[in-house]
Amino acid sequence: MNEKTVTFIVDGKEIKARPEQTIMKACDEAGVYIPRLCAFKDLSPFGSCRVCTVKVNGRPQAACTQPVGEGIVVESQTAEIQQIRRNIIDMLFVEGNHFCMFCEKSGNCELQAMAYRLGILAPKFPYMFPVRGVDASHPDIFIDWNRCILCARCIRTSCEIDGKNAYGFIGRGPHKRVATNSSAGLKGTDADVSDKAPANCPVGSLMYKRIGYAVPIGCRLYDKNPIGSDIEMKKTT
Amino acid sequence: MQKPKIATASLAGCFGCHMSLLDIDDRILKLIDLVDFDKSPVDDIKEFTGRCLVGLIEGGCCNEENVRVLQEFRKHCDILISVGDCAIDGGLPALRNGIPLKECLTEAYITGPTVYNPSGKIPSDSEIPLLLDRIYPCHEVVKIDYYLPGCPPPADTLWQALTALLSGKPIDLPYELIKYD
Ligand code: SF4
Ligand code: FES
Repeated sequence: MNEKTVTFIVDGKEIKARPEQTIMKACDEAGVYIPRLCAFKDLSPFGSCRVCTVKVNGRPQAACTQPVGEGIVVESQTAEIQQIRRNIIDMLFVEGNHFCMFCEKSGNCELQAMAYRLGILAPKFPYMFPVRGVDASHPDIFIDWNRCILCARCIRTSCEIDGKNAYGFIGRGPHKRVATNSSAGLKGTDADVSDKAPANCPVGSLMYKRIGYAVPIGCRLYDKNPIGSDIEMKKTT
Repeated sequence: MQKPKIATASLAGCFGCHMSLLDIDDRILKLIDLVDFDKSPVDDIKEFTGRCLVGLIEGGCCNEENVRVLQEFRKHCDILISVGDCAIDGGLPALRNGIPLKECLTEAYITGPTVYNPSGKIPSDSEIPLLLDRIYPCHEVVKIDYYLPGCPPPADTLWQALTALLSGKPIDLPYELIKYD
């Protein structure tokens, strides 16, 4: 049995894991939450947002892609790493147009919830106010690029769960964006309302139409409990 | 002993943040025990009468007058706070930031479907403050010391922040009081 277990340390706490697990998976099972945006429980790891950055034996690594190792020492909730995470969230906010006050996702949005959890009152970088569009051509789904954080959860969900290939990235650097697999836009793809992809978008970018604001303020996912509480609830002791 | 003074202003905002301040309900009586209001729409004092401990700014800067008022607040207040999303990130008015000013004005006064404007001109009276090219968050114009987000920030957020500052403590908001909507 012992060959199948590795033991490592996260913020001073000893955690046991199976050798094929990532640091994030092992920590989740142990009730230790590592902040994340592009990682999602039912999808393959992607490692793009870097919100899950931890230090492994002193080196920054993405906890969602980095495998566990016997005896590694992981730092996660240190002041330095929390600040790195805050900086990333700040950048995501200023790079897009995130109008929380009228966004249908507000209260259920993982980007917003992460900012709350990290205690961000205002981003410290200058707002870019980029000019971006909306694709509302589909009868049941829309994309608002103003809010997209390029996590690729829609792309991965479409391939891995919906068995389609409705979305993909085009462009590089600041020009990178999610594109639909049809020159006619969303309505030209095989995306439909039974797809999981819109449900797995962490922000209000890829959305089902006509269900916004269904849950009253105060009862939404992150109104009372910070993102990650579900994982921390598992904490033993 | 003289009470510390508070000043407030609504720049490119909707007065919702001021409404939220009134929403502290009967604690407003306690607040009046603790502070005097200086320049503010609450008491309609138009000019600063002296140095203020705290200035609360609602709304970002959409025109030259907003910039002037904001600079005046910075000059007269020890602590300047951006209150609400419009002050912090431009808020709803910033929806025009991706549209050239000329286009905005043309649609608002000439080509918009509901416009009635026989003169066919964009108003240009010298009494009307000139619009800026876009909305500027307050901290892009002057130094801001604290931020209280929300649209509007909950009354409890404003209350906690003010009472902390008045007793010389740092503002330390619990999870439920940090809201962007
Ligand atoms: S649309 Fe949503 S799920 Fe897709 S990349 Fe953008 S933020 Fe991620
Ligand atoms: S959650 Fe690991 S890089 Fe995004």
